Amino acid sequence: MLEVRDLSVFFGNIRALHGISFDVQEGEIVTLIGANGAGKTTTLRTISALNRPTGGEILFRGKPITGMKPHKIVSMGISHVPEGRRIIGNLTVLENLKMGAYTRTDRAEIQASLEEVFQRFPRLKERSRQLAGTLSGGEQQMLAIGRALMAKPVLLLLDEPSMGLSPILVEEIFNIISTINQQGTTVLLVEQNAYMALQIANRAYVLESGRIVLSGDSRELQANEGVRAAYLGESA
Amino acid sequence: MFQKTNKMLLMVIGAVVLYVLLKIMITTGVINPYWQRVLFYSLIVTIGALGLGIIYGFTGQFSLGHAAFVGLGAYSAGYFSKTFGQYGGLSFIGALLVGMVFAGLMGFLIGVPVLRLKSDYLGIATLGFGFIVKVALDNADKIIPELGGARGMVGTPQVANLEWLFFTALIVIVLTRNFIFSTYGRACTSIREDETAADMIGVNTFKTKLMAFTFGCALAGLGGGLYAHTYPFICPGDFYFLQSFDYLIVVVLGGLGSMTGTVVTAIGWAFLLEGLRFVLGPQFVDFRGVIYALILIITILVRRQGIFGGKEFGFLVPQVRREKPDAALRG
Repeated sequence: MLEVRDLSVFFGNIRALHGISFDVQEGEIVTLIGANGAGKTTTLRTISALNRPTGGEILFRGKPITGMKPHKIVSMGISHVPEGRRIIGNLTVLENLKMGAYTRTDRAEIQASLEEVFQRFPRLKERSRQLAGTLSGGEQQMLAIGRALMAKPVLLLLDEPSMGLSPILVEEIFNIISTINQQGTTVLLVEQNAYMALQIANRAYVLESGRIVLSGDSRELQANEGVRAAYLGESA
Repeated sequence: MFQKTNKMLLMVIGAVVLYVLLKIMITTGVINPYWQRVLFYSLIVTIGALGLGIIYGFTGQFSLGHAAFVGLGAYSAGYFSKTFGQYGGLSFIGALLVGMVFAGLMGFLIGVPVLRLKSDYLGIATLGFGFIVKVALDNADKIIPELGGARGMVGTPQVANLEWLFFTALIVIVLTRNFIFSTYGRACTSIREDETAADMIGVNTFKTKLMAFTFGCALAGLGGGLYAHTYPFICPGDFYFLQSFDYLIVVVLGGLGSMTGTVVTAIGWAFLLEGLRFVLGPQFVDFRGVIYALILIITILVRRQGIFGGKEFGFLVPQVRREKPDAALRG
């Protein structure tokens, strides 16, 4: 579904991505794991056209999407749940969700999506009239995911959904991501919490200083000595 | 549904009552012609400031050239009326439309290159545009003698009255309210709050900014059109950068992202300026500048979010925002 070929990104003179290649197949959860500054967020932002690549190509369903505008990417079916949630604090929960459906026009279908999101996140329904800025961290993360789902994506990009959440909430969010995937949305997940990410993902890529150093089935990677030492907090 | 129509009805009644009150006060002389002028001016400022409210308050695009668009509207509408003024009310409506469209068009044309800039840079670019307009108007008589150039323009039919100003301001308030609480309005708010987030949602941020800027400039042009038909003499100095700051002060003082704040502050502003004239007396009239600068400084120090801080009077908020989730689901 998504194919990234030899992608390079520069920030000024600093090279953030050194020509990485990976792919995401339909129905999968694929995770990019790695330390701070490895280039995970840059990769997602480049897919969403928020950063411009200096080289390489991104194909979505076989079509090149490099160089498109961000809003076009969204209307093609790629939704991005950004790092730090980036919900609109001055709008209500309901308004944030409606904004998520900005690229869609069919009112009846938007209503159906809204009901789906409320079903998935009952707490958002309870708080739908509240200003989004007053939500707790976990609720904001739910809202960010709910907002992305309102665009009815076929591919969901998730950037650090576990950031700043308590372990119980992290578990809840990851369960939700799993369910979303089982219901037919392909997921590309970026995480520092490699342990959780590898548990729900089918495949994983390990990024280090802008390069993919390791890839494979997430079970295999979970067993890999190097990964265990570097990302799962176990001594080799 | 019943509640919604009920509220609309209340708004209409409230507006009519207010109008009747003002009308009675003017005809009985409670409001003398002098204060009547001030009232008119306050309504014009309201219209122009709502325009800047959309551009800066709601979309977050810092413009320092707002008065230039008021000026473009004033001159184009005034010139239209001088040329076609013999058709009475009809030509006045035509003139207002001309002022609006011309200022909006210029906003669109200048917006295409400059709206790619962010915050301070955008401010500088719009400030530059303000200078261009001033110089152009100063020398406009070399191309169209009727515009008067630096000597100012006279002879525009003075047809604006309480009815025109009051109801135009009312229509503008309703239009602005509908815009702000529409999907486009929410897109504007998203851009102000977090442009990257707006991009991620799928908002065409450039197009939305351009639309908001064009709309805001068109309102400035409408205010200008009314101005030209309220004051027999207009000159380029009326629309210079100091006036742009006046609009900016109104929007910031009222609270960014608050229509209520903009309207109340715009009216309060006009009356404060004139009120101070009496309080200070002719000798100290220039100290007004000190006083209102002080008000601005104090507001920024103690209440940075502005007087209304993003809040609205209830009657300006449409039902959608307050409805229960179930009602929202039923749509």
